[in-house]
Amino acid sequence: MSANLADNSQINDIIGASVPRIEGPEKATGRAVYTDDITRPGMLHAALLGSHYAHARILSIDTSRARALAGVKAVLTGADLPLNYIGMFIKDQLPLATDTVRYAGEPVAAVAAVDLKTAKQALQLVEVEYEELEPVFDVIKAMEPGAPVIHEKRDEYPCMFELPREPNAMCFTEFMEGDPNAAWDECDAIVEAEYRIPAQYHAYMEPSSTVAEMDGNGKITLWSSTQGVARSQMYTAMAMGLPMSKVRVIAPRVGGGFGGKCEFTNQPITALLARATGRPVKLTYSREDDMTMMKRRHGGVIYMKTGAAKDGTLLARDCRIVLDGGAYADESPEVSPVAAFFSRGPYRIPNMRAEAWAVYTNLSRASAFRGFGNPQATFASESQLDDLAEKLDMDPLELRMRNALEQEDKFFCGKTIESATMRACLEKVRDASDWKAKRTGGLPARRGKRRGIGMAGMTHISGLAGAGANVLLNEDGSVSLNCGAVDIGQGSDTIFTQIVAGSLALNMDQVNFAAPDTDSSPFQFQTSASRNTYVIGNAVKLASDDVREQICRHASEIFECDRADLEFRQGGIVGVKGVPDAALPFAAVAGRALWETGGPIMGTHNWLYAPQERMDPKRMVLGGFALMPDSIGIFTFGAQVAEVEVDEVTGQVEVLEFWAAHDVGRAINTASVEGQIEGGIVQMLGYALTEEMLWDNGRMINPTMMDYKIPGMADVPLKIHTLLIESPEASAPFGAKGVGEICAVGPAPAVANAIRNAIGVRINEIPATPERVLRAMLSADDAG
Amino acid sequence: MTDKQTVALSINGESFDVTTDTRSTVLQVLREDLSLTGTKCGCNNGVCGSCTVLVDGEPMRACLMLAVAATDREITTIEGLEQDGALHPVQQAFIEHQGLQCGFCTPGMIISAKALLDRNPNPSPDEIRSELSGNLCRCTGYVKIAEAVLSLTGGVAE
Repeated sequence: MSANLADNSQINDIIGASVPRIEGPEKATGRAVYTDDITRPGMLHAALLGSHYAHARILSIDTSRARALAGVKAVLTGADLPLNYIGMFIKDQLPLATDTVRYAGEPVAAVAAVDLKTAKQALQLVEVEYEELEPVFDVIKAMEPGAPVIHEKRDEYPCMFELPREPNAMCFTEFMEGDPNAAWDECDAIVEAEYRIPAQYHAYMEPSSTVAEMDGNGKITLWSSTQGVARSQMYTAMAMGLPMSKVRVIAPRVGGGFGGKCEFTNQPITALLARATGRPVKLTYSREDDMTMMKRRHGGVIYMKTGAAKDGTLLARDCRIVLDGGAYADESPEVSPVAAFFSRGPYRIPNMRAEAWAVYTNLSRASAFRGFGNPQATFASESQLDDLAEKLDMDPLELRMRNALEQEDKFFCGKTIESATMRACLEKVRDASDWKAKRTGGLPARRGKRRGIGMAGMTHISGLAGAGANVLLNEDGSVSLNCGAVDIGQGSDTIFTQIVAGSLALNMDQVNFAAPDTDSSPFQFQTSASRNTYVIGNAVKLASDDVREQICRHASEIFECDRADLEFRQGGIVGVKGVPDAALPFAAVAGRALWETGGPIMGTHNWLYAPQERMDPKRMVLGGFALMPDSIGIFTFGAQVAEVEVDEVTGQVEVLEFWAAHDVGRAINTASVEGQIEGGIVQMLGYALTEEMLWDNGRMINPTMMDYKIPGMADVPLKIHTLLIESPEASAPFGAKGVGEICAVGPAPAVANAIRNAIGVRINEIPATPERVLRAMLSADDAG
Repeated sequence: MTDKQTVALSINGESFDVTTDTRSTVLQVLREDLSLTGTKCGCNNGVCGSCTVLVDGEPMRACLMLAVAATDREITTIEGLEQDGALHPVQQAFIEHQGLQCGFCTPGMIISAKALLDRNPNPSPDEIRSELSGNLCRCTGYVKIAEAVLSLTGGVAE
């Protein structure tokens, strides 16, 4: 056990309780302030002109008529901006396209005007002359020799890793263990297939929005819907050619992110407009602009082949993942290696090769999205395991049990598993769903429907990068926490407040959670990688412990006792054990610190997820990639079961009930953990059944919430059963691991496997729309 | 330039004379002219339900209704649910049951839930699913929203 758990004795009822959200009242009353709710004196409104073409040379842009329109204060094009390329791993993007547009919707001009209507009117007066270039939309075609080259100067961009030779490739990774080529001969059963996965839109309910303002000294302040104030600050400074000290970013309430508001959204262009006009500027995307200009999950193609011995022991797998990264790299050079890393799933496969590509195409940018490449790989691997089980005449759950990673096993590429709970997850979901009876007994379906049950196992990580936290004891004994973490809805503000309250035996309302603000918050990477509870939570816990120590030092001097004789009593009181009358409110200690030593009691701590153990180079072949997948976190496990009904006439799939067992380490806020799991499942039931960004010659044809269908309440079951397994993680605050992403990894294959069980056909391409399911049923009939 | 018109509106029991574009929607008037920003714009297309308000007690999409069409009708927004500083029971239930996460859909969802309970004080889980299906939420998975509504009926979630 680490030092973090050493003082478990002080955990009070707050840890593990379903404490209501600290910001619940403001959200339930409409008082919560999101970026678009902010108005500044003299504020202008901005709008962007998106490219009409998916791939074209910009010959000229005439903004004179737009500039002449009354009420227009600035019209910017790429030519007006410094050529400061930005991007996470490959700096390949500019806030406005210069010379070439690479996706339809790519911003080519920006207007700031006295009101939004005038700004939009001005956009119509901007005349852009294009010369169309041959586009490429398909990842496989983009990799063929002679394909149109999307970034002619790709090799000149600043880049953090070695790019592949193929001109449209952003990243290539290959991992290998054992000898898959030799192992196929030992296999009694082999299945191979190609899987297609769609581009999914994040569909956070709040469209991207930024308000920017420049003060008289040239410092820019941004209020923005972002997943990380430090990232927004860095990219904005980089794009503007300013030091970060001249850019301040504040996150108001954020209406969802799911990865789409990582890195940068529209912060740089809004800040550039504020500088150009000298006035505050608001840029809120319309839903259509958000869908065409913002980011999405990687679609693509996955080839996979898996072999097993007669008894079900998995022996070999080969996997090739080609992900559509879209027009700019964003986080793709990390998403594709992560997809390859998770393509073995939570199982032992001694001989395995996985390669992954991220490829440029003339579609909108792909980015981080809940699960980060893992849902794609797992859709293929978990679908394939069911087909393998059928070939072996085995129960698919038994096949998974037989091969589930155990404590002594290593993860793909050799890392130690902290807590091997895969079997426990499978057992829990099996029992709760009554798997055996339903799978063997057949399920009664309503008239005209066929019913089936399917499952998926899954693994993910929780971790990544560094975090700081400051815990300040105020003069009156209340406490302020500032850690710069953005709560995008998942509830981390409440979790961190619980950690402080739990560590110092305070009541929730004695702790203030300070809004993320780069002017005052410690460094915080961003809300991603299921890292807030685990990584930031550790910094918060250690900073709280620091405050505890300082309180003890003062209290032991006041009471003239040994520190070991002190105890913390609920509500902010330090006292002497066994002496009820010896009690000091924190205020007394805080006052002593201020007036006798001259400064406040403040705990400050950093924490970094830094693996002691790296991937084993002897166990793998390595291609180029941006970040070692062994640096991304501790492993988590889960298992999910879906029960579905398929309409025999229409092919429509309805999910009737869903079970999800997840090892969460320890739930700090039980209802919040359940909420994360329920929300992740429903988001991915959309991925499984309805959600698909569609383009015609590069133009998105369903850029509305009407035509891009995310699940509503009537589309999903209320019977979603979350089953928490609590196996406390030694390196985690109170043992808690992140669960925000792993819950999104399994739903699509669980549903596809349930469809297979219901109607006997395999859906290798999601979403499993009625059309696809019906077509599969009809061709199965033909074949039969 | 567009024409302006003065519209007499009754919002949360208070009367307003708002001079606004003839084409302004109720949503624009609420957010831009009256700074009642609790009502959210999620799609401006009548699909997501984030802008749901009550018009004469009926849930309506504020983004689809022209302000002029709301003349002489009583509009209730999320800001109008609290009475004498006390939260409405629906608001309280959403907080207690964690029927909210990012909170962006929450005002519209609460308004729709209130309209449902006003009309049918004891909805079944399936009635809740059906009646609230016009309010999209991307965070919660809806389970805890349904639990919040059911807690007010004495019913239990499935």
